[in-house]
Amino acid sequence: MASALINVPPKAKRGEIIEIKTLISHVMETGFRHTQLGAVIPRNIIRRFVCTYNGTEVFRADLYPAISANPFIVFSTVATESGTLSFQWTGDNGFSVTESADITVE
Amino acid sequence: MRRLCAVLLLLVVVASTVAAEIAPADRRSGYDIMGRELRAMQDDDTANPGMLWVLEGATLWKRGAGTAGRACADCHGEATTGMKGVAAHYPAFDAAKQRPVSLEQRINICRVDRQQAPALPYESRELLALSAYVARQSRGLPIAVTIDDRMQPFLDAGRAIYERRQGQLNLACGQCHDANWGRQLAGSVIPQAHPTGYPLYRLEWQSLGSLQRRLRGCLFGIRAEPYDYGAPELVDLELYLMWRARGMTMDAPAVRP
Repeated sequence: MASALINVPPKAKRGEIIEIKTLISHVMETGFRHTQLGAVIPRNIIRRFVCTYNGTEVFRADLYPAISANPFIVFSTVATESGTLSFQWTGDNGFSVTESADITVE
Repeated sequence: MRRLCAVLLLLVVVASTVAAEIAPADRRSGYDIMGRELRAMQDDDTANPGMLWVLEGATLWKRGAGTAGRACADCHGEATTGMKGVAAHYPAFDAAKQRPVSLEQRINICRVDRQQAPALPYESRELLALSAYVARQSRGLPIAVTIDDRMQPFLDAGRAIYERRQGQLNLACGQCHDANWGRQLAGSVIPQAHPTGYPLYRLEWQSLGSLQRRLRGCLFGIRAEPYDYGAPELVDLELYLMWRARGMTMDAPAVRP
């Protein structure tokens, strides 16, 4: 199942600021809700999002229960060299998704 | 006191007005009346959360299912060509059932009869994914349900449901969506109720949902007992709404507040 959508510009000039958009499929269950019978629905959220650019961390976010379902994270970085941006989401119940995108810097 | 009476009288007048149909030039989809940010979210395929379902639908389209082991693609081919404009024609007449069926029902008929797989539950992730994938192929095309002699009675039934006062609040659909569209209901703008973008991602749901889910929400809102998913009344109402929005552009999977 395609669970994440990534938008990285395929080409950029050296030193250019590029915008990166990520969207991931996740329920982000807060842990504060109850079923109709009163049982607590256990928390199930993404806890951390990390983006690395050729192995160097360029962006990191901690996520909390107030974040909506299917978190959409947009951030920017400076295009320094050609290579791979990899994205990792980790969370409750052993949730872990890794995606990557290539960029060519001229 | 006099002023209060005047206000009350006005309210009574507004509530009892039977609104005429909206003229074609005055029709606005939910997209037309929503804000800039939401439009941008819908238009960008990497920001529109509905695309998560569309992508899953593309996978399911090619995957064999049921004892027949057949995939949608085995009969219908590539959805980008084979399913182009299909969702814009639903609900459509089904000869076996002798009545119109919704797109979701059509998918399940295919599943049961052709794939020999169990029907997918309404609002399940798989059914939403498949219907979103099919509906995506109609994006930008005009809504065009086929109304002939066989369909006419169901269209009339749908119109009757639309115009009938229902629930504890005793409201008909048209009292909001024909007579008072564009005005505020609490913090929200009342739309004209044109189903151009279903299944759509509603921020309030934090999920994709079908038109029937939306209709059930409206019925709940006027404190009427909602019809069950797949009920003939809901399909008739769907048919009437699609006919009412004939010619408008499909924008599925849409994003709505």
